[in-house]
Amino acid sequence: MSVFARPQAERETALLAELTELTAHHRERCEPYDRILSSLGTPTSFDSMADLPWLPVRMFKTHDLKSIPDDEVFKVLTSSGTTGAGASRIYLDKEAAAVQPRQLGATLREVLGGKRLPMLMVDTVGIIKNRRSFSARGAGVLGMANFGRNHVYALDENDRPDVDAVKGFLEKYGSEPFLVFGFTFMVWQYLYEVAREHSLDLSNGILIHSGGWKKLVDIAVDNAEFRRRFAADTGLTRIYNYYGMIEQIGTVFLEGPSGNSLYCPEFADVIIRDPDTWQEQPVGRPGVIEVISTLPRSYPGHVLLTEDLGVVHGIDDGDWPGKRFSVLGRLPRAEARGCSDTFSGAVA
Amino acid sequence: MSLNDRLRDVFVDALQLDGDVDVENLKYRDIDAWDSVGHMALVAAIEDEFDVQFETEQVIDMSSFKVAGDMLRGLGVGE
Repeated sequence: MSVFARPQAERETALLAELTELTAHHRERCEPYDRILSSLGTPTSFDSMADLPWLPVRMFKTHDLKSIPDDEVFKVLTSSGTTGAGASRIYLDKEAAAVQPRQLGATLREVLGGKRLPMLMVDTVGIIKNRRSFSARGAGVLGMANFGRNHVYALDENDRPDVDAVKGFLEKYGSEPFLVFGFTFMVWQYLYEVAREHSLDLSNGILIHSGGWKKLVDIAVDNAEFRRRFAADTGLTRIYNYYGMIEQIGTVFLEGPSGNSLYCPEFADVIIRDPDTWQEQPVGRPGVIEVISTLPRSYPGHVLLTEDLGVVHGIDDGDWPGKRFSVLGRLPRAEARGCSDTFSGAVA
Repeated sequence: MSLNDRLRDVFVDALQLDGDVDVENLKYRDIDAWDSVGHMALVAAIEDEFDVQFETEQVIDMSSFKVAGDMLRGLGVGE
């Protein structure tokens, strides 16, 4: 069953009921969360998605927020962001740990189907060789491994491009559909550049990539340019960027087949807020991205204000129903701080 | 050899298990060897041994020795 089927009005009705219940669930089980909401005078029922109380995503770096007892903690995910303040700590119980790969699977099935394809990983083979010490990046790569078979790595143990490995992969599997995964900047530097230099044919590939554009914007490559040059120079046209974060593990916002718009699976949504008034922005006007998902039950991460800027391009008017949006970059730090200070004050 | 015996051998080989591990009651992440890296190797080894192909959903749902055995039976592998 597709998670990209319901139009916006229908999904909002379903989501609002679920998220209202989730908010009560977390208030009952996560004392600091309840304290924050109480100090803000948050009600228990909400007229719209935009009325749901959000937490700034960085609160998971400064506070231990969980809605499960200590003895039910199965796994703690950690990640450091790019802007200091330490690492987020995300607590999962067994159920949460089992749900998140399933929902990621349901989302990606839309573009990959159920069959596992031969898979080229645009990352270092060191990720599986040094298994006791892998990074957040390694965990991301391994989480994607389930979607493919016969995995081949495009970089050797010393993080150098392994052109022979890529060529060997393409000789063996390149005449049928194959899957490529990597972080956006790595894909550009270690797949695009290498493929162009060696005239590799990637036209049967399906590329899934994520991780932000900061390094590529510096060399003037944005999403549209990324797609255009991959198509022109390597034949690769089936390209799907996604946006997601560890604080909402299992939820990804996926680029549609026509490119340049991200879509929300039905268990998730986004709201763009004005950074001065925090009101919801209309379609077409940029602001701060709030991400909403029904997956987080073991920690209060169901409604999060990110530190990213984005814009909604349209609603129910694209490849799939719902909102379609783009991520425009990071929020300047001063603005984000203003907001989380309010919340730190409430918790202290 | 029975399906369970063959599957047990695949688990022991792919995850490099010691002799004292209770393989038939093993669950994903019970032991260090069956982490996400081990899982990739295990799935590939089971596919090779039984000449089957699992779909993505099955790889995600393969949470124990017993589940893996049931999946193989579901794919028509004889006891």
